[in-house]
Amino acid sequence: MEREEIKSIIESLLFVADGPQTLQRFAEVLDGVEKETLEAVLRELKAECEAPGRGVRLVEVAGGYQLRTARVNAYWVKKFLGGRPARMGKATMETLAIIAYRQPITKAEIEAIRGVDVDGVITTLLERNLIRAVARKDVPGRPFLYGTTPEFLQLFNLKDLSQLPTLKEMDEISLPEIPGDVISMDQLEEK
Amino acid sequence: MSTQVQLPIFEGPLDLLLHLIKKNEVSIADIPIATITEQYLATLELMEFLNLDVAGEFLVMASTLVHIKSRMLLPAGEEESEEEEGADPREELVRRLLEYQRYKEAAEELEQREILTRDVFVRSATPSEEVPPRAFREISVFELLSALKRVIDRLPKDSFHDVTLDKITVREKMTLLLDRLRQTSSILFESLFSEARSRMEVVVTFLAMLELVKVRAVRIYQDQMAGPIMIEAAAGMDEAAERAVIDDEADEAKDGQHGT
Repeated sequence: MEREEIKSIIESLLFVADGPQTLQRFAEVLDGVEKETLEAVLRELKAECEAPGRGVRLVEVAGGYQLRTARVNAYWVKKFLGGRPARMGKATMETLAIIAYRQPITKAEIEAIRGVDVDGVITTLLERNLIRAVARKDVPGRPFLYGTTPEFLQLFNLKDLSQLPTLKEMDEISLPEIPGDVISMDQLEEK
Repeated sequence: MSTQVQLPIFEGPLDLLLHLIKKNEVSIADIPIATITEQYLATLELMEFLNLDVAGEFLVMASTLVHIKSRMLLPAGEEESEEEEGADPREELVRRLLEYQRYKEAAEELEQREILTRDVFVRSATPSEEVPPRAFREISVFELLSALKRVIDRLPKDSFHDVTLDKITVREKMTLLLDRLRQTSSILFESLFSEARSRMEVVVTFLAMLELVKVRAVRIYQDQMAGPIMIEAAAGMDEAAERAVIDDEADEAKDGQHGT
């Protein structure tokens, strides 16, 4: 199969795909095409999407590849779709961050860090499918241990958990608020 | 701080403490415990005054602070506790604050990523969970009839003129309604009849609408019980309407042969 043909097929598959698709999945469909070729083609497609004037990006998220709109167009896409995205409150974000970095973790352990009850927040996160009970801790009461889901990775545009921004060491913490770096596609590309 | 009513919402006692530490521009590692405790208690009072729900955790922290403060006032060595000699009574609190601060910053970093349905979207993106699918209810024939009756009742009383003179057909009214729906996607039920001058015209318009509903060219819905009744173009309105007209012609021709 010609390289161009493969690329064209992959783009079509990405377009119709519901959710991120793994390299494995593409390899199954394009039976006989080397994974290395597929990876190279995906890299090319990704680079082409970065060209000026393009509104769709090819991103690696939750262990797969997915077409997403360019962030710069967020305003217009939102205007077009209507409706407001469900905003997450500070309590929810903090709890989610603790679970993301410390998983698997129990409710009591989260509460020890946040200093407040997290019952309601846990319920919200479970309902939004951003966390799940992954096991039970072998301590009295056998409490649930929570971890994040693939939906969490999708929501925050993360390829996998190792892509979480590095947690600052205790002595690095500064009080003035420093805006965190937004990982751009360029940085992803370099990897 | 007598009239300071603008109070940030604190997620918990640690959040409030961090806020105070930041506000006083002091270091977490070396908290001026007396000042911070005083401000902490003042904030709690304010929260209570404003009828904000002060959770038990805030009170527990208040007592912790007061305890630390009292221990710091004691000359070194006088406290007969089993804790290590010379340990800073603030140590445990500092550790908790730093740990909490760490995750707070992590949350802020996460918040700045390209968030799905906020910054970036996928093809099948549902805008959000907050947007419910349009909750329309189907309308019963009885509700439609009583809406029709209200329209008729509102007709000018002097509309006794011979209605048979200007003969209006259901077909014509169907075409008119379709034209209107091509311009605006939905019409208020009452406004269908805004130009109707006779009972007959109202009834014919009503029948035209029913006919279009029957062939699924339009949908009638109501957002809520007893709310305004809306008429909306259905997906594939034109196609459906075309079929209806053909059926209608077939009926008129008394052909009896209905194509599928």
